[in-house]
Amino acid sequence: MKKKFLAIPYVIWMAIFVIVPLLLVVGYAFTTRDGGFSLENFQTMTQYWPVFLTSFRLALIATLICLLIGYPVAYWISRESANVRRIAMVLIMLPMWMNFLLRTYAWMSLLENTGIINTFLQNIGFFNLINGIFGTEIEYFHMINTPGAVVLGMVYNYLPFMIMPITTVIEKIDPSVVEAAEDLGASGVQTFGRVIFPLSLPGVLSGITMVFIPSVSTFAISSLLGGGMTLLLGDLIQTQFYGSAYNPYLGSAISLVMMVIVLVMMAIMNHFGEGEETAIY
Amino acid sequence: MNKKQLIAFGTALALCLPLTACGGSGSESNGEVNVYNWGEYLDEDLLDQFEEETGIKVNYSTYSDNESLYATLKSGSGGYDVIIPSDYMISRMIEEDMLLELDFDQIPNYEYIDEDYKGLEYDPDNAYSVPYMWGVVGIVYNTTMVDYEPTSWDILWDEDLSGQILMFDNSRDAIGIALKLLGYSYNTTNEDEIVAAVDKLIEQKPLVQAYVMDQIFDKMEAGEAAVGPYYAGDAITMMEENPDLSFFIPDEGTNYYVDAMCIPKDADNVENALAFINFMCDPESSAANAEYIYYSTPESAAKELLSDELKNSDIAYPSQEIMSLTEVYTNLPQDILDLYDSEWLRLKAS
Repeated sequence: MKKKFLAIPYVIWMAIFVIVPLLLVVGYAFTTRDGGFSLENFQTMTQYWPVFLTSFRLALIATLICLLIGYPVAYWISRESANVRRIAMVLIMLPMWMNFLLRTYAWMSLLENTGIINTFLQNIGFFNLINGIFGTEIEYFHMINTPGAVVLGMVYNYLPFMIMPITTVIEKIDPSVVEAAEDLGASGVQTFGRVIFPLSLPGVLSGITMVFIPSVSTFAISSLLGGGMTLLLGDLIQTQFYGSAYNPYLGSAISLVMMVIVLVMMAIMNHFGEGEETAIY
Repeated sequence: MNKKQLIAFGTALALCLPLTACGGSGSESNGEVNVYNWGEYLDEDLLDQFEEETGIKVNYSTYSDNESLYATLKSGSGGYDVIIPSDYMISRMIEEDMLLELDFDQIPNYEYIDEDYKGLEYDPDNAYSVPYMWGVVGIVYNTTMVDYEPTSWDILWDEDLSGQILMFDNSRDAIGIALKLLGYSYNTTNEDEIVAAVDKLIEQKPLVQAYVMDQIFDKMEAGEAAVGPYYAGDAITMMEENPDLSFFIPDEGTNYYVDAMCIPKDADNVENALAFINFMCDPESSAANAEYIYYSTPESAAKELLSDELKNSDIAYPSQEIMSLTEVYTNLPQDILDLYDSEWLRLKAS
């Protein structure tokens, strides 16, 4: 406790770069162009609820896929020797050393109709084979500029954020707990379902949070991989700042509502999470 | 990499950040000038040349469209001395008192600007802006994928090209095309006309492959898409990469734009900014620049210096006949701008 002062730089940092901007967002959200207090922004926003819906739906799908892919990977990594773990972690982190936009651009050249995947399939005669069997006339798989491509972009970019916290938590599970379960006659499935998984829940929850929040607010992915066809909340907010009208007031109001919804969702989830956790001990 | 190495690496990286940030402000005796321009819109060799001639250091950065330029200046973050907005954005900035009146005594090369580009609607008194480049909007198409000679904007609604059509990802240009197709003005303030135009775009949406800005270069050059509207200068660049591409200006008429150099009101280095503008107006600089970015120079003296191919290009310098059908964007009133945004989102969310 004596070392409290060590936290001071961070507290100052937080105050300047997190708290103040948040207050600004709140302030802007309740003002109009002429500077008066108003709830008008929130009323205008109601016309955009389908955008909220799409964003939350796609972000949920992406989070779910990340969990389904990420958990087994994390489970596997955490069971391996220290060397393998280190290498695996570096490999997972490696793509993140490159700029996010660059990686998304790379997916564009992969997924395009004349892109690398389709050209490859064409060259090995895959489409001819398919067309021969089914009598169809496919020349390429339509992958880019679809909501699916947007979800793929989210999963690809945010998967490491799911794997890492889960790995860390599973690593820390005391092996004797697992041994105890086995000694008491639990099958492999039972050990996993009743001991390991519940104990890894905190990691799962932080993984979900760390994937869901950036996914729901992303905007570059939808314009690059979604071809600007799927409008997400991030795009909606961006339009308020960089569109023709320059309306940071409405933009702030949308951000604020999004933040509140996310916070509420997280609170509910963590509440359930805590319930599970305490039930075990 | 072990933990220690990783930490050392991270620290080294962190230390580099402030260094590069400060690296910009050099020890040059004649100060500096902060130039803020569109991306891919300048032959950067000219910056070196300017630095050599004047000893003024240029800090060059870029933006993607008029609206982000406006938002940057409006949010107070700036410190820019020279900006290059387009016509309608210039009139908006003049109206909102964001630009400095220029001292033309310090821009002797202004005399080279052709009369056609002086006193235009956006700056009727020639007080705030010096034309940089101009151009028109037209349609780029791939001749191997379009089997007829297109003449109209309606090629962008051609169902045979479904999934091969690109469209502007900015509201002014995209809604503008639909307005023109319907026979309305680019600058209409009639809300019904704008709504009708967006209905037209919603009708088009199922045929559209993607809404793009600069991504159009890759997609057209690779044959990923068959047709898309874009700016003439960039069309020449694309056609150079892929000889199958062609460009035409629709019969309904099109947008003619002028991008001009201005100085923001809060600029710190006004003298240097004027020197930079003067340098860019030198016919030799203007020609070198036009030869590099393929946009059209507003100076006859510079045009004379261009290669024959570019000088005689009817894309860069369309005939009088075509120019007579063009229309310049003007600044729209705030309520129409709001409508543009909400209608644009209606299209995007549809």
